[in-house]
Amino acid sequence: MSKALLYDSTICIGCKQCEQACATQNKLPYNDTIAAEERQSEHKYTVVMTKGDKFMRRLCMHCEHPVCASVCPVGAFHKTKEGPVVYDVWKCIGCRYCMAACAFSQPKYEWGSLNPRVRKCIMCPDRVVAGQQTACAEICPTGATKFGDRDDLIREAKERLRQNPSSYTPRIYGLNEVGGTCILILSSQNVEEYGYPSSAKLGDTPIPEYTEGVMERVPDFIPVWSLVLGGIYWISHRRQEVAEAEAAERRNSLNSKNGGGR
Amino acid sequence: MKTKFTFWRVVFLVIMTLGLYSTFIRYTRGLGAVSNMTDQFPWGFWIGFDCLCGVMLAAGGFCIVGAVYLFNVDSLRSVMRPAILTAFLGYLLFIVGLLFDLGRPWFIWHQLIYMNPHSVMFEVGMCVMTYTTVLFFEFLPNVFERFNLKRPIRWIHRIYPVLIVAGILLSTLHQSSLGSLYLIMPTKLHPFWYSPALPFFFFGSAIAVGLAMTIFESTQSAKALGRHLELSVLVRLGGALLVALWLNALLRFEDFFHRGLLRQIIKPSYEAYFLWLELSLSFVIPIALLSFKKIRLSPNGLYLVSVISLFGFITNRLNVSLIGFETYVGHHYVPKWTEFSVTLMIIAIGFALFRLAVQHLPIFPGDSEGLLEKPAGRLNVALQAVSPAFEHAGD
Repeated sequence: MSKALLYDSTICIGCKQCEQACATQNKLPYNDTIAAEERQSEHKYTVVMTKGDKFMRRLCMHCEHPVCASVCPVGAFHKTKEGPVVYDVWKCIGCRYCMAACAFSQPKYEWGSLNPRVRKCIMCPDRVVAGQQTACAEICPTGATKFGDRDDLIREAKERLRQNPSSYTPRIYGLNEVGGTCILILSSQNVEEYGYPSSAKLGDTPIPEYTEGVMERVPDFIPVWSLVLGGIYWISHRRQEVAEAEAAERRNSLNSKNGGGR
Repeated sequence: MKTKFTFWRVVFLVIMTLGLYSTFIRYTRGLGAVSNMTDQFPWGFWIGFDCLCGVMLAAGGFCIVGAVYLFNVDSLRSVMRPAILTAFLGYLLFIVGLLFDLGRPWFIWHQLIYMNPHSVMFEVGMCVMTYTTVLFFEFLPNVFERFNLKRPIRWIHRIYPVLIVAGILLSTLHQSSLGSLYLIMPTKLHPFWYSPALPFFFFGSAIAVGLAMTIFESTQSAKALGRHLELSVLVRLGGALLVALWLNALLRFEDFFHRGLLRQIIKPSYEAYFLWLELSLSFVIPIALLSFKKIRLSPNGLYLVSVISLFGFITNRLNVSLIGFETYVGHHYVPKWTEFSVTLMIIAIGFALFRLAVQHLPIFPGDSEGLLEKPAGRLNVALQAVSPAFEHAGD
């Protein structure tokens, strides 16, 4: 059963304790300056953004079909069966395809480092495997970030939408986007205002399908194209041989004619 | 002549000094200090130019090898070795470029042990490694001939069919896979450049560029080395280039048409300006020029056309890799001077190595017996022997 997080921005009070707990959990620096930063970076896996009295959290979406895992040439990312999409730094070669490809632009980079790592929320995999909540969900004083089974959380989100339709935009962001994500968002505002890509643009198709469809054809393409090329080469070569042989024959007959005439 | 030589030498030294300074910054202070790449723009000029354009400009190797060996276009034999040399150097320098761009280049070999077959980047990596090896073997006969090593030449000769087929196969995969890389970014790349046909565009344009590059590099080196270049070869390449450009242009048009973008691409916008620049340099101007017979038959005209179209396709690659992301990201990316200087240094090294190679190895026709060209040589001799017979046959 896949675990997930439900973030309900209407309950969020913007206390940023999730940011702090996340920093502590992942041994990242945290102080007032970093707390004031309204964007994610290599030292800030999650951010609580403020617009007037409204708040919105951002973090890695932990896609059901993660693009980062699909594009990494050395398989440094993988989706665990519990839900988190995790990163094996020792495999990483630093091509940054994950960053270029992620539709949510979640992976961040240690640009100042000489042995840089890709940084993103990994959904506290150790805690999740041990049956605990993520650090952010555990600390959340209002339950705005709630941890649980994805199916249960979807049921709960739908229930909240049904009971208070006026307080929400009528959708669960992450339910079907790019094939579904493990971060589910309920909000009174459009999440797009906070930098989330629009649902319409994302679509429901898992993004890895765009390249995996091409990659699946490669194993068939190689023998077929080799045969075609080899065949053309063989025919061209054979033609050349025949031309040479015929030429030699003609020359011989020409010579013998000349010889006969003498 | 002497002053010109020293001028270029000074230019070379300046480029190398700046490049080495940037290299120092790169490996002592990291990617952030040496480039303007950010979390929003994780791929910058090094990917856009060094990798995408570098590989594209090396396409001459497989184009000419294919023409000569698969389609028996014997007239192109004289430009095959320079084309293979360009491709080999291009790939070597592309790998050097990667060592700058990769965050952890010392783990580049991980590609061989932690394979992810779903990743286009994995395909790219494997193609780079294997095709560079193939190019090395295709290049080796030059060295063997230089030192008159008969036996190794015979070995190479024996595996040549495999090398040729493998080289073209790997080039097909590699050139197209660079386009496939961007298929995963449908929400980020501007619709002018995001198309399901990207792999086909990248492969098709690589063929056009391969031909243009061969015209460019053989004219350039003939000039620099004071060698005679057969006009018939250039004319042939120019004709092929015209066909390749038309096919590419039709493919692009078809794509815009099918995706209903024809109205959008003529409306002025930031992206449209770059698209117009790209399309006019890569298609409109070269095709218009090549339509004149006078230009098609003039070495200078062909040289000009090839340079224009090269700039056009370079613009295309930079549009796909950089310009096409600016609207999504919301700000511009302008490479830092240190990024340019590393690229310039790599190009300068390429020119220097090319020069060294043509000076010391039998790259150009007349440099040696050309053992590799033996079969054709034999055929020509044979044909010459037959021609009197044919004349008689006509009577």
